[in-house]
Amino acid sequence: MEKKEVSDFIVTENIKLNDTNYLLRLQAPGVLPIIKPGQFINIEVANTSEIFLRRPFSVFEVDYNKNILSVIIKILGRGSRKLTESKVGDIISIIYPLGKSFTIPDKDDRILAIGGGSGLAPMLFLARESGLDANKTDILVGARSAGDHINMDEYYKFGNIHLTTEDGTLGVKGYVIHHPIFAENLQNYNKIYACGPEGMMKAVAKEAKKAGVFCEVSLENLMACGFGVCLCCIEPTTKGNICVCTEGPVFNINDLKWQI
Amino acid sequence: MADLNVKIHNLQIKNPVMLASGTCGYAEEINDFYDVSQLGGIFLKGLTLHNRDGNLYPRMAETPSGMLNAVGLQNKGIDHFIEHIYPRIKNYNTPLIINVNGSTVEDYIALTEKVNELDHIPAIELNISCPNVKEGGMAFGITCPGAEAVTRAVRDVYDKTLIVKLSPNVTDITEIAKAVEGQGADSVSLVNTFVGMAIDAEKRKPLLSTITGGLSGPAIKPIALRMVWQVANAVKIPVVAMGGIMNATDAIEFILAGATAVQVGTAIFKNPYIPLQIVEGIQTYLERHMINSVNELTGGLLL
Repeated sequence: MEKKEVSDFIVTENIKLNDTNYLLRLQAPGVLPIIKPGQFINIEVANTSEIFLRRPFSVFEVDYNKNILSVIIKILGRGSRKLTESKVGDIISIIYPLGKSFTIPDKDDRILAIGGGSGLAPMLFLARESGLDANKTDILVGARSAGDHINMDEYYKFGNIHLTTEDGTLGVKGYVIHHPIFAENLQNYNKIYACGPEGMMKAVAKEAKKAGVFCEVSLENLMACGFGVCLCCIEPTTKGNICVCTEGPVFNINDLKWQI
Repeated sequence: MADLNVKIHNLQIKNPVMLASGTCGYAEEINDFYDVSQLGGIFLKGLTLHNRDGNLYPRMAETPSGMLNAVGLQNKGIDHFIEHIYPRIKNYNTPLIINVNGSTVEDYIALTEKVNELDHIPAIELNISCPNVKEGGMAFGITCPGAEAVTRAVRDVYDKTLIVKLSPNVTDITEIAKAVEGQGADSVSLVNTFVGMAIDAEKRKPLLSTITGGLSGPAIKPIALRMVWQVANAVKIPVVAMGGIMNATDAIEFILAGATAVQVGTAIFKNPYIPLQIVEGIQTYLERHMINSVNELTGGLLL
């Protein structure tokens, strides 16, 4: 098994990306281990008796020169809201690195990385780390409305970015599966990756399966520990009920028991 | 340095801080963080005779100062443990204790007989208090005749240290403690989780697939402390205490109430280092109070 750590990180930046998303940059106390796209960290929400358990977040960026790790916090409830109130200089306890990563694409692969809601961060991390030419990487991001999208200008150098909104205020109107790059030429891709709301991932998985294309998704099951001891975050798979935190969060769709 | 050694029947442990069953896997998961031989002992995730898939998701709900779980004893069964896990962990330099579960008395006996063959397992924790299984489990632990029957049956086939884990979901926990002591238990551990419930008011739905589950964490500590106090005054065998212990002060409170050792459970989810910090904290407390041995603290409540 892999060595894991619990450490106090220092908040170096807390940037509001839009109404519900914040970018937290966290300074590690020492040298960061290699962290791969899809892996996550479990963050303690300090100074509150209401929030007992840590909150898991996918890693968004790692700066190995400065030993800074970044996450995007989307406000989903009390815990995430509290974390978005963090101030520069605050100390935050983190358990890391956790979980297994996405399968890193081969150098000749064409990939489609699909993110929705809080699932955007690992997709951008994957696009950045895949080492592919930008023209071989399509990043498809869905949101409810224009204001729910974050600025991704920096990411155009890692891939072609395509947007959808449910209300049509930005990009293609509809869900990610309605975007032409998804709806028309799925067989063009060697690998499809998705992270976001379960409904979105199931819709993506269904089409990927039909097209016979390799597809991995990252699950967000509720967890208490994050390192495989509480057995709360289980997902039924072809190998039985297994922990999303240690055996996932990334799963090949063929290993899941989704009715798709 | 004050002496932290304690004894639970024949089980000699280097310090009174152990990990609670169901919160530390099979010890390897904690060993990924630090060397578990620094701990007093490890109560491994509950085992049954055969594979159990456990309950459906969702199995967990966060509550104020604690959480509910409804895992339902998911495990791959004793044979899988013996073949695949035991060889990897058996040489950890701290007592590994198997938490024994069953749906019937016969299951408990069959499982215990297999565990009895394992040289590196010096004790069992007989779990008659799991609230999350439909058959067996807590059903045995909430009546004196049930608790007596399982304890006697297991005692007859097991010579090493037998610890019986008690349920707090009873009218008078001392009656159950005395009942199992009378049937040969070497120690009792308490408390398992309290049956609780959580509801999502917006969706008008329970938060657990099983509707009810087991409550743990600091929310239960005062009740657990009271029960440990009562049981320690009712039986002569050593008491192993648990229930919301988050730091050394909590642990010392349980020891003062009469516990010989403690188990740290849900706190591990928050930070797996907490048990180690508790070992250090007890040492500091003893030195500060100029007490030579932690044994002098057991039942040392001033009244």
